[in-house]
Amino acid sequence: MTERASFNLRSPQGGVLEAAADVSGRSLWQDARRRLFANRAAVASMIVLGLVALAAILVPPFLPWTYDQLDWDHVEAMPPSFELGHYFGTDTVGRDLLARTMFGGRISLLVGLLATAVALLLGVSIGAVAGFVGGKTDQLLMRFVDLMYAVPLTFFVIILMVLFGRNFVLMFLAIGCVEWLTMARIVRGQALALKQKEFIEAARAAGGSTFSIIARHIVPNILGVVVIYVTLTIPQVILLESFLSFLGLGVQEPMTSWGMLISEGAQEMEANPRTLVIPAAFLTVTLFCFNFLGDGLRDALDPKDR
Amino acid sequence: MTALLEVRDLKVHFPIRNGWFGAPDMLKAVDGVSFDLVAGETLGIVGESGCGKSTLGRAILQLIPPTAGSIAWLGAPLAHDDAKAVRAARGQMQVVFQDPLASLDPRMTAGDIIAEPLRNFMPDLSAVDREARVADMMRAVGLLPTMINRYPHEFSGGQCQRIGIARAMILGPKLVICDEPVSALDVSVRAQVVNLLMELQRALGLSLIFISHDLAVVRHISHRVMVLYLGRVMELGARDALYATPRHPYTQALLAAVPVPDPEKERAKPRAILGGDPPSPLHPPSGCVFRTRCAHATSICADVVPPLESADARHDVACHHWRTIART
Repeated sequence: MTERASFNLRSPQGGVLEAAADVSGRSLWQDARRRLFANRAAVASMIVLGLVALAAILVPPFLPWTYDQLDWDHVEAMPPSFELGHYFGTDTVGRDLLARTMFGGRISLLVGLLATAVALLLGVSIGAVAGFVGGKTDQLLMRFVDLMYAVPLTFFVIILMVLFGRNFVLMFLAIGCVEWLTMARIVRGQALALKQKEFIEAARAAGGSTFSIIARHIVPNILGVVVIYVTLTIPQVILLESFLSFLGLGVQEPMTSWGMLISEGAQEMEANPRTLVIPAAFLTVTLFCFNFLGDGLRDALDPKDR
Repeated sequence: MTALLEVRDLKVHFPIRNGWFGAPDMLKAVDGVSFDLVAGETLGIVGESGCGKSTLGRAILQLIPPTAGSIAWLGAPLAHDDAKAVRAARGQMQVVFQDPLASLDPRMTAGDIIAEPLRNFMPDLSAVDREARVADMMRAVGLLPTMINRYPHEFSGGQCQRIGIARAMILGPKLVICDEPVSALDVSVRAQVVNLLMELQRALGLSLIFISHDLAVVRHISHRVMVLYLGRVMELGARDALYATPRHPYTQALLAAVPVPDPEKERAKPRAILGGDPPSPLHPPSGCVFRTRCAHATSICADVVPPLESADARHDVACHHWRTIART
C-alpha cells in the first residue's frame, strides 16, 4: 500500500475553526434513548420491572421462611399472619406464599431471559447469515426453520422430557430452540432489505469480508427491530413456561415458578382465592410492563412509523 | 505506457425468469464494451437511464459478476472468482455512489465510515494513526476534523458526498469510479463536489471513471467521453473532439437536447429530436441497437451490427453511416 502522509490541499475554512472543540455527534441510539425516557408508560414499566426483579433476587434471604420449608404447626392454607412471618399466608401444605412467589419469580424471569438469550443468539446469527449470504445457504437454513416450525411445541417438550428426564436447563433450551425461529425470520427479512442498500455495496467495495460486513453493518442496523422483538419474546416465554408448568411439564417440586403457583392456586380457587390471585398478579404486572416497554421501544426506535 | 485498466468485450447479462419453466430471458445490461484507461485520465461515461452505465461501473469493481469478456487491472487479469486478486484490486480501485446518504451506514460515525477501508486493508495501523489519517483526509475533502464523531444524518447531502469521497480516497487508490456522484446534489453543491474531485485527482494522480447523464458536468471533468446506448458503445473519443464534432447520430441528438441559456439561440437551434424511450434491453433491435430511433437508419442497420471504427486517431464511432452523416 502506498503511503501518502500529506495532502497538499487546504480546506477553504482554514485554521480558525480547527481550534473549536471536538463536536460529539448524537447517534441514533442516543436519540432513541431520549424518546424512550420521554415515554411515561415505558419509564414506569422499567421501574416496576426493576422492582419486581430486585424483589425476586433480594427478598427471599430476609424472609423467616424459605420456599420449600413447611410450617409444621400449620400444615394448611393459612391467611396472612404477621406474628408467624407469613405475610402472604401459606399454601395448602403450609409453605410460605411470599417466599414461594419471590422464588417463582426468579425462575420465571430466569427462564424468560435465558430462553430469549438463546433465541437471540441463534435467531440473529442464523437469520443474518441466511439473509445476507442468500442462495443455497438461505434455502437450506430457511427450510430447516420451516421444518422446526412444523414440530408442535408441547410434543417437542414431552419428547425431550422423556429422552433426558425432567431437567430445568432443558426447559430453557427447548423454549429457546422454538423461539429463535421467528427471530431468524424477522432478522432474515431485515438483512434481505439491508443487503440492497448502497452502504453495504460500499462496504464490499471497501474490501470488507462477508463476516465483517455482517458483524459491522448488518447486525447493528437490525438491532432496533431485534430489541423490540426481544421485549415481546420475554413475556411470551414466561407465559409458555407457565403453560408447561401448568400441564406439569415444567419446573419440578419443590422448586416453583409463577406458572406452577397459578396452577396450584387454581385448584384452591374457591377455598383460598389468595393462592391464585397473588402469583397471578405478579405475572400479569410483569407481562404488562414488558409489553409497555416493547411498545415504548418501538416508538422510540421507529419514530417515522408512528 | 501500459494501461491501468483494460476492458475487453465486457458483457453483463441478467437472467430474467418468466414463469417456472423455459429458459430465462437475458437482460443485456452491458453488451460488449471495450476500452482502456491510462493513469491520471478521466473517462466520462454518458447515456440515458438504463443504458448500463452503472452496471458497467459495478462490473469493473466486481460487485456484479461479468458474464463474459475480460478485465485486466495493471496488466493482470481480474476474474470475479479469484477472491484474492479482487480483494487486492479493491485496495486500489474505489467507488463513490450516487445517493450520498444511502451509501453511508447510519449507525456509524463519519470517522468510522472513512476509516473502514483502513481497517480492512491495514489492520495493523494503530488507532491513533488511523484517526490522524482520517483527520487529514477530512481536511482534504473540505470537512472539519472536529465533525469526526458525527453521524451521517447530521450532515447535508454535499457533506455526506464528501464523506463518501474521503472513504474512497483514504487508501490512495489508483482508480475511483464515480457513479453519478453529483446527480443527487443541489446545483450549487454540484460544482463544489466536481471541483473537489478534480482537485483530488490532480493532487493524488488518480484516474477517474465518471458516470453521469449530465453532459455539462462530464464535459467539465473528463478527458475522454464514452457514449453508451443499450449496453453498447456508440462513440468514444477525446472530450473536445466529441463535443465539437459528434460523429454518431445518437451523440448528436444528445448534445442537441442540451438547452442553451439564450432564448434566441435556443429557438433557432436545429433539433434532432429523439422520440420515445429506448427499446427494452430484454429484446434489443437487431443490428444497430439505435436504429429504431435513428433518422439515418437504412436496411444495413437492421442486419449488421456496426463495429466500433476509428474515425480519427482517438475518436471511435459505431455507425454504418458516420462518413455520410452531415455534421450538425
